[in-house]
Parts: sequence; C-alpha cells; structure tokens
Amino acid sequence: MKPPRFDYHDPQTVPEVIALLGKLENARLLAGGQSLMPMLNMRLAAPDHIVDLNRVAELAYIREQGDALLIGAMTRQRDVEFDERVRARSPLMHEAVLQVGHRQTRNRGTIGGSLCHLDPSAELVAIAAAMDAIVTVQGPSGARDIPFAQFPAGLMTSALREGELVTSVRFPLWRKGHGYAFIEFSRRHGDFAIVSAAALLEEDGAGKITRASLTLGGIAPAPVRARDAEKTLAGARASAELFREAGEACRKLEAMEDVHVTAAYRRQLAAVLSRRALEKAHERVARN
Amino acid sequence: MRVIGRAVPRLEDEPLLKGEGRFIDDIRLPGMLQAAFVRSPHAHAAIKHIDSAAARALPGVHAVYTRADLLPHLATEFMVVGLPSASYKQDLNRPALAGDEVVHVGQAVAIVVADDRYIAEDAAALVDIDYEALPAISDCRAALTASAPKAHGKSPHNLLAEFDMGYGDVDAAFKKAAHVFRESLWQHRGGGHSIECRGAVAVHDGMEDRLTLWSSTQMPHAAMRLLCDMLGRDENQVRVITPDVGGGFGPKLVFYPEDVVTALAAVLLKRPVKWIEDRLEHFVATTQERDQYWDVEVAVDREARLLGIRGGLIHDHGAYTARGVNLPYNSAENVPLGYELPAYRMNVKVALTNKVPVTPVRGAGHPQGVFVMERLLDRVARELKLDRAEVRRRNLVPAEKMPYSTQLKARGGLTIVLDSGDYPKCQREALRLAGWDDFPRRQAAARRAGRHLGIGLANFVKGTGRGPFESVTVRVGPSGKVHVYSGAAAMGQSTKTMLAQVVAEQLGADIRNISVTTGDTGTISMGLGGSNSRQAVMAGTSAHVAASKVREKALQVASHALEVAEADLEIDGRTIRVKGSDVTLDLGRAARSIAGTAGYTLPGGMTPGLEATEHVVIDAMAYTNGTAVVELEVDVETGAVRIEKLVFVHDCGRILHPVIVEGQLIGGVAHGIGNALFEWMRYDENAQPITSTLADYLLITSTEMPPVELGHVESPTPLNPLGVKGVGECGVVPIAAAVASAVEDALSLYNVRITRAPITPADIVTLVAEGRR
Amino acid sequence: MSASRAISVSVNGVRRDAEVPVRLTLADFLRQQLELTGTHLGCEHGVCGACTVLLDGRSVRSCLMLAVQANGRAITTVEGLAPADGGLHPLQEAFREHHGLQCGFCTPGMLTTLVEFLRDNPEPTAEQVRVAISGNLCRCTGYQGIVEAALGAAKRLRA
Repeated sequence: MKPPRFDYHDPQTVPEVIALLGKLENARLLAGGQSLMPMLNMRLAAPDHIVDLNRVAELAYIREQGDALLIGAMTRQRDVEFDERVRARSPLMHEAVLQVGHRQTRNRGTIGGSLCHLDPSAELVAIAAAMDAIVTVQGPSGARDIPFAQFPAGLMTSALREGELVTSVRFPLWRKGHGYAFIEFSRRHGDFAIVSAAALLEEDGAGKITRASLTLGGIAPAPVRARDAEKTLAGARASAELFREAGEACRKLEAMEDVHVTAAYRRQLAAVLSRRALEKAHERVARN
Repeated sequence: MRVIGRAVPRLEDEPLLKGEGRFIDDIRLPGMLQAAFVRSPHAHAAIKHIDSAAARALPGVHAVYTRADLLPHLATEFMVVGLPSASYKQDLNRPALAGDEVVHVGQAVAIVVADDRYIAEDAAALVDIDYEALPAISDCRAALTASAPKAHGKSPHNLLAEFDMGYGDVDAAFKKAAHVFRESLWQHRGGGHSIECRGAVAVHDGMEDRLTLWSSTQMPHAAMRLLCDMLGRDENQVRVITPDVGGGFGPKLVFYPEDVVTALAAVLLKRPVKWIEDRLEHFVATTQERDQYWDVEVAVDREARLLGIRGGLIHDHGAYTARGVNLPYNSAENVPLGYELPAYRMNVKVALTNKVPVTPVRGAGHPQGVFVMERLLDRVARELKLDRAEVRRRNLVPAEKMPYSTQLKARGGLTIVLDSGDYPKCQREALRLAGWDDFPRRQAAARRAGRHLGIGLANFVKGTGRGPFESVTVRVGPSGKVHVYSGAAAMGQSTKTMLAQVVAEQLGADIRNISVTTGDTGTISMGLGGSNSRQAVMAGTSAHVAASKVREKALQVASHALEVAEADLEIDGRTIRVKGSDVTLDLGRAARSIAGTAGYTLPGGMTPGLEATEHVVIDAMAYTNGTAVVELEVDVETGAVRIEKLVFVHDCGRILHPVIVEGQLIGGVAHGIGNALFEWMRYDENAQPITSTLADYLLITSTEMPPVELGHVESPTPLNPLGVKGVGECGVVPIAAAVASAVEDALSLYNVRITRAPITPADIVTLVAEGRR
Repeated sequence: MSASRAISVSVNGVRRDAEVPVRLTLADFLRQQLELTGTHLGCEHGVCGACTVLLDGRSVRSCLMLAVQANGRAITTVEGLAPADGGLHPLQEAFREHHGLQCGFCTPGMLTTLVEFLRDNPEPTAEQVRVAISGNLCRCTGYQGIVEAALGAAKRLRA
C-alpha cells in the first residue's frame, strides 16, 4: 500500500498556493493527511500533484473576533482541543473535537482538512453546521465567504471552485451560559460517528428556550439541521416531552442506506441521540 | 520448583522493547528485490489473457511472472495440504498462481519483482488481465442448492465434504424425551488480523544450491516440506527460518501461494526477493474463519438432563482446501464436551464458496461448538424455568468421573478422554466471583431506573496439546551455556521463555543461561510448529525429558570427576556443585570432558556429548476447561452493549508462568469479545468483500475491553510429566456464548432470543422492536 | 519536477541528511533509508498505530506522513527511548515488569504514544490510559498488561 507517483510542492504563502492551483492539473491539497494519505496509500486517489499546505504558517491560528472565533484552516485539531478560549466560549466544539479520531489523528489533522473532506460522519463538519459557521475561501478571483449550509455540494464534495482553498472558518458564538451537547454513536472510541447529534440551546431564566440549534451528522451526505424541530423548540418550555417530540421529528428525516448501516437504524439513532443531546444541553444551561 | 511456576522476566522482551526485534520486514539482504502480487478483483472469472509488457517495461522492474512462466520450474503446481479425512468428495488444492480460472477475490495471478515495493505496485497496476466474469457463489447454504453456480467451473457441485459424527441411539432418545427444543443458529468468526501481516524473504545460494526462506509462519517444517515438493528439492537444499513473528493466531500456520512463488522468483532472478503482505491483501489473501449455519435439536428429561442432541451444520470452506475439514470437525466434536450427553448426531456439510479459503483462527472451530451447546442449555433453562447455572450443574461431567471417556473420536481416530478437571468447581467459582446469586437484585434495581443489565455464563472444554510430538534438542556448550533448539514456533506466546524455564528447572535454574532457537529447520530436523495450543504441552514435554536426560548425564560426569554420589550434587547456573560445599565443576567443563579427545577414552564409559534430542509422543490431547461469566448493560435505544465485568475461571493444569498464562487468557478474551460483538468479515452476494479495511472490520481497542477477573483451578494432566495443558486459545472459546447469554438476559423483558454471533447494535434494536410487537 | 528531494531530519537526536523520493512515507524513510526498523507497519491506513513516532514530541502516524514533510523537524522513534548509556526507559521497564507485550509488534507504537501521554498526564487513571491508547491496536494482550504498565511507569516517573 504505497502511494502512486506524484509531483510535490510545498508553498509557504497563500498566494503561492493559489498560483500553484492555477497552473497545475489534477492537483490535491495536502493538509493533515489523515484522510488523503490513506487514500493515496490505498491508491484510491491518483493526483499528479500534491500541494502541501503544512508550510503555510499564516493559515494556522485561533483568534477571538468579537462574538466569533476565527480559526485558520491549517489549525491542528489538537490546538483546538487545548485552546482555553474554545473550551470557554465554544464548549460544543471542544466536546466534539475530543471525539475526532485519536491523539495521533488530532496532532496532525486540521480544521480545514476535515471540512473540505466532508466525510458525512465527521464531527467538525457537524459542528460547523450546528454553529452556522462561515467558510472563507480564497482563489484566483479573490476571497469569498460561504455560509456553511452552502458549503457541501454533494457527497464528500465541497462548493470550492477550481483553484480555491479554504483559508479560515468563522464560528459565531452563542451567548454566555448557553447549553450544548455533542453526542455521537460509534462502535469504538474514536471511530467516525455512525450518527451524531449536536444541540445548542439558549434559555431565559424561566426555562423557556429562546434559541435552538439541532444538527444530525451521519444520516445524510452533509449534516442536517433539523429545522422543523428547531422551530418547535424555539419559544417552547424545556421538558422531557418536548425533547422526545423533537427526537421523533428527527426520526422522520431522510437517511442514507448503505451496505454497512440501514436507513432505519440511522433514523433510530437520530431520534435517540437528538433527544439525549437536547436533554444534556438543557441540563447544562440550568447549571450555568 | 525453582523456575517453573514463577513469573520470571521474559527472554523475549528487551530487544522487542528497544525496537530491535527482527520481524520479516526487518530482514534486508544485499541486492534484495521487492515483490507485489497482481490479484483477482473478481470472485469468479476465467482468465483469457495476461499482458505484462507494460509492467515489465517500467524502469526498476526485474520480472513479472505468471503461471506459464513458473510451470517449467515447478515439480508440482498444487499445494496438497489437506489433513486426511475420508469425507472429501473433491480435492481442490491451491495452485501457485492462477491458471485459466480465478475463484476468489484476492487470488494471486502474477508476481511483480522490482527494486522496491513502490515500483512493484506501480507495475502491478499495469499488468493487463482480460477476465471474463463468471457467476460467483457467496452464501454457503445457497452453495448447496441445485441451482447454485459452481465455485469452480470444473466441479460437479459445491459440496467439498460431508460427514456424520455421533454415538448412541439419538432417535430413541428424542422419542422418549419429556422436552425437545430446536434452534437455528448462525455463527461467524472472522480473520486472524495479527498486527503484523504475512511475509517472506527468499534467497538462493547458487554455490551451495540452497534455498533459504524466512517466513512469518507458524509451521516452518511443513513449509520446508511443501517447498521441497513443489520445487523438486531435497530437504538439505531448503531451509525455512522463522524470524520474530508479530502474532500468528492460526492463519500463519498455512503455507501460501505467495511463499512458493516468492521463493521461485528468488531462484530464477538469482537475487533475494522479499514480499510483505499489506493489510488490504490480508483481507483477501490470508485465510480466515467464516460462517456456520446450525440447525439443532436438544432432548431433555423432566429434570433438564440431556438425553440427546441432533442436527446439522453447514460450514463455509471457501474456494480451496488450505488445511482440511478440521474446523467443522472441531465444531461438531466440541458440542458435547464437558457435559454428559448420552446420544449425539451431527451431520456436517462443508461447502465451497468463491471466497478466500477457511482455516483455523484462534479457537479453531471450538467456540462454535460451545456456542451451540450453551445456547441450547439456556433454551432448556428458559423453557423449564430453571436457573441457567442449575441446568448446567445437572449436566456437567462431575469431577469424580474423571478421566471421562466420551464416545467421540478425535480426527486421528483416538477416543476423546477428558483427562482431568473439575468442571462444576470452575463454574461454582466463576459464579461466586461474578456475584451470580445477587444478580437478580442488581438487575431489578437497574430496571427500575430504566436500565437493562444482563448476566450470562458459558462453560467450555477444549482439547490442547495436539500430538503426536514436538522436537527439542538440549545441548550444553563448551562455555556452559545451554542451547535449546525446537521445531516449535514462536508468535508472541512466550515460547522461548517457556522452554527456557522448563530446561532451566533441570539445568541451573537461570533462564538467562538458556539460549532458545525455535522455528529453524536448519537446526532441527523435525517439527510440527505452533497451533492447537500445543507448545507448552508438546515442546514443553520434550524439553523437560531432554533436559532431564542432560541433567542426569551432567551429574554422572560430575559424579565421576568429583568422586561423589550424584545425589550429593546440584546445578546452579553454570556450576555443578557438591551440596553445601565449595567443590564444583563447570557445566562447560563437563560438556568438554565428554566431547572427546582423539585417542583417549571417554570418562566413565559414557556416551559422547552433553545433549539430548527428544520427540516425546503423546497422542491423547489434554483438555483445558473453564467458565466465563459476563455482566453487561444494553442500551435498548441504540443497541449498544457495554460489558461491565467479565469473570473467567479456567483450568489449564499446572501453570508454568502465571503472568504469561494470564496474558494468553486476556488476549483470548479480547478476541472473543470481538467475535461476540464486533468482528464480521462481510461479503456481498457476488462474494465481493464489503469489509476490506481495519476501519470497517472492527478489532477491539483498549476502550472496548472490560475489566477481567481471572480465577484459576489447577488439575494437572496425567498425560505429560509437567502436568501442563495448553492455554493459548482458551480465552476466546466461551466468550461469544457467554455474551449471547447475557444479552438475552438483559433483553428478557422483550422476549429477545440471541441465535447469532456476532450481534451488532443494529441487530439488537431490531430484535427489541420485534419483541415489543 | 524532481521525483526526489534533499531533507534534513533530526532522528533520535542525530541529524540525518538524505535524498528521498517525494512519495516515500515517513515510516518507510525511517525503516528503509535509516534502517530504524523498530517502527512497524500494520495497516498503512491510519488505524492500527503500530507506526506511531514522535514528531517534535507529538505522536503521529508515520504511515500518514511523507518523509519530505519531516524536513527540519525532530523525530523520536522507539530506538530513541532508552538512555544512551544502556538500560531501559522507565516505560520500557514497566512494560517488561507488567507483561505489556507478547509478540512485540504493536509495542513501539504503544511506547511512543505513551511517552507523549505520560509527559502530558503524569498521574493518569486507568480509564484515561485506555483512551490514550485507543488508537493503537493490539491483538495479543487484550490491553490489560499495557494499561498496568502505563500506570506502573507513571509511578516510576513521578518517583
């Protein structure tokens, strides 16, 4: 299982990357390598060129930007994991990143790499959807922002145009004291989620939900925001029955069927995990 | 006992800890080339044409060989390896390389030899093969229907073998039974998946005309014989050496097409050739265990005493015979073991499918036999509303009946006699450690909190120490160092330390003075290698007898030299000493004194050499037993199973090294959990593998492993002087059954019955939903 | 475009200069070019962890890195754990004491993973150790001996 031949480029700045992407045919960007290298080793990918982003230092950072966190595309998952600002202000992201693979995965894997790979089960992709992240992309015609809902264009395919790369992702933060929960079902620790549920809740002092975000990962090619459930939740009083109903609403979402997992089982997990995520998120609001 | 029975530090550890092990891929020889195989992507196809011109033209490629290229150099083309049995209806032996037909995904069609593996893979992708896809048969039950596609075009049908096993008047037993219950069970075991895949390095010494093959194998002598047969060479022209092996678990006991083809490539190219299997290949080219479908009935009297078991099993053999019909034989034979079963009949049908051949994986068919019996006993308990442990108590062979002659015969024809053991005591102890009696209270409390706890148990008996012998030479060198050579093969189970302990017990009690060489056909002429949990029994016994003889002779020499009685002597490290004095004779000096000097008689009329070679023959197997009790929780909404606690009480006779024994058991338990809940080598209806990477095929990690509490009972076997029984495979044997029992117990509110292994969370959710309806 | 590149890597404290094909993995560079065969290949798709090495002190799967990516970096392999003057690293000692290895094939990856973990978590619980090694597969031990070795090593290192 050795990679096929390719030409290798290691630019040091974003303009260099864009210039390379502009002139090279059949090129792939190499970020953390945790998804692309297995594909190369298994010869499931055969690019003529590898453009390695690991020397582009300007792409790795975590910054607070008002009510948002701005994370450079080449920021390592481990740096997200250990960042105090992430833990304090986006505990959902912190909880989710702990479930991304294993220590070795997170030491190399990047935010941008995970988002661009768009594995249906990827935890960080689900978080980006849950938080309505904004993806900043740069290319030959300049920079543009893509709201995350528009970022997935198909199964493991992003809305990136030719010659573009993701440079940063902006995560708008929820109000201090918000409730959060990321729950996934996987067969073993660190595996990709079969199904995941990400819940964010803001409540007033009396237990009324003022804002809700509920995202199911792993049931469709891209994470699904359970909009109908969210509408039911907003303005309602938190209760076990409310969350059970929201779960049942998620059971009705369309789910993939494949040789490994049936649609019915995915829907079962969607119903159960979304309910549990909401319950946990609510618990956490109360504690704050 | 000075050494045996103690937890001495292992001889193997230091180099392995420092990364100085010498595994097959660590071997590098000057001028060595690397190989890659071109493999069939089809489960069944005719090969019309192979065009390797583009591959051969790639810079760095030295050769591309197909069957046509190799045939002139092969004395025989097929690997004839099947263990003898009267039940074969067809002989389907693997060719070195596929000819005009491929019969499983992954079958080797050509070898590419290049400067390195990267180039070899580039070239392999350029070999252009014109296949004509043929209908493939995937399911072993469907394989036996009249309209099934033939796995081999030239075969009349897909029934490779059929046999019946049994004794007593089974039909009469069923006629008079108070109760008869029937079960249909599906069991699947998966691949070996040692963390190190297979590999071979071959080099031909043109001057001596000797072929040396390093192979990550469990059976070097068998490998040597096959190479001799296939390449038309004498034994003195072929040497097989086993380097450090990163786990074997069964599949590495098989000799493979890649082994002979790599060897032949080295001969033809006059350069050393290395082939290392990668993980994707391991899924499609290394043998595995797979499906068995059982349809069985049990007859019991009013007191839940077994009267008879009858039924049939269909076993997936894969596309070729790579070992024999021993697997389904073991499964059928294991069903009654440990219990008093007056009558038994099992029909076994061995079916061909278009998948990689099936040969033993740790446990070797025995877990399946245990699963059948234990599921039947649980069924009896459930139907008769008796405690599951009580049903077993009433049927276990009691200690006072040991040794217990069953009415079964082992594959070589010997009657199976359970040599020693106290099965009820093991069960009793396991239940005590597990808190079995208190469990209903724990379960009820959990249920009130909406949680589903379950407990299950399973007993097992397994034959170990398969004979007829293992070879060991013990030799004291002129330095006083003791050298041990054995046909045994090490694959992580601490064979070297075990042999060193047994020998050191007789010769000086210092294992660091013992140097052990295993698995090298150049150092010992015969051997059977590692399988069947046999090496502590067979190699240990030969080592014990050989070392005892050497000890006796050493004391004779010293007695003569020091003029004292042998009884007054002891051996400490490299020194033979008169007890309680300073009078000594170096062990090395003793060895030299009977090495001979030209023209001078040997002292004391003794024979030359301080050495002995033994092949102690023991045909009867030593039967290890145990009881596993599993407590777990099922999340009925997701189907997740979490094992909270696992108790395992076992009896492997005399324990040579307590820590090594525990390590073997816990490793086996982990594998058993995999078989119970995680490991499923899946194929689609076209016999295409669905699980083809370690991301899809689930080996458990540290977080899926529960706390394991071990208990020991020691019933030494009378069959060998050490009293030892095998332990290597035992941990795996009862686990799937115990887990199934516990899951069923956890879901008893939903009337769920577990009739399969593995059982997945999705299955559990479906079963609960069905049970609710 | 050149098929190979010159790289300079510090490996176990020693600077190594080499010319490597750009597609050569870091694992193969260590094993073949530097002849440090202690790092093992078990799957080459990032699951088994047998190839784990430390890159600037952080555990990574060397089968998922290209050798050229290690240019200018420092790598520690299993061969670099024991002290230069002989003896074993306390973690290696603990593995020996607690039967944390059987065939030894997964062991180098376990050791490098645990070196990083124990450095960052000097007083771990058994559960934390299990999570730490959940990215390293072992088929022999059932993990119990490894967990006990890690806890034993933590004690040794704290002493």
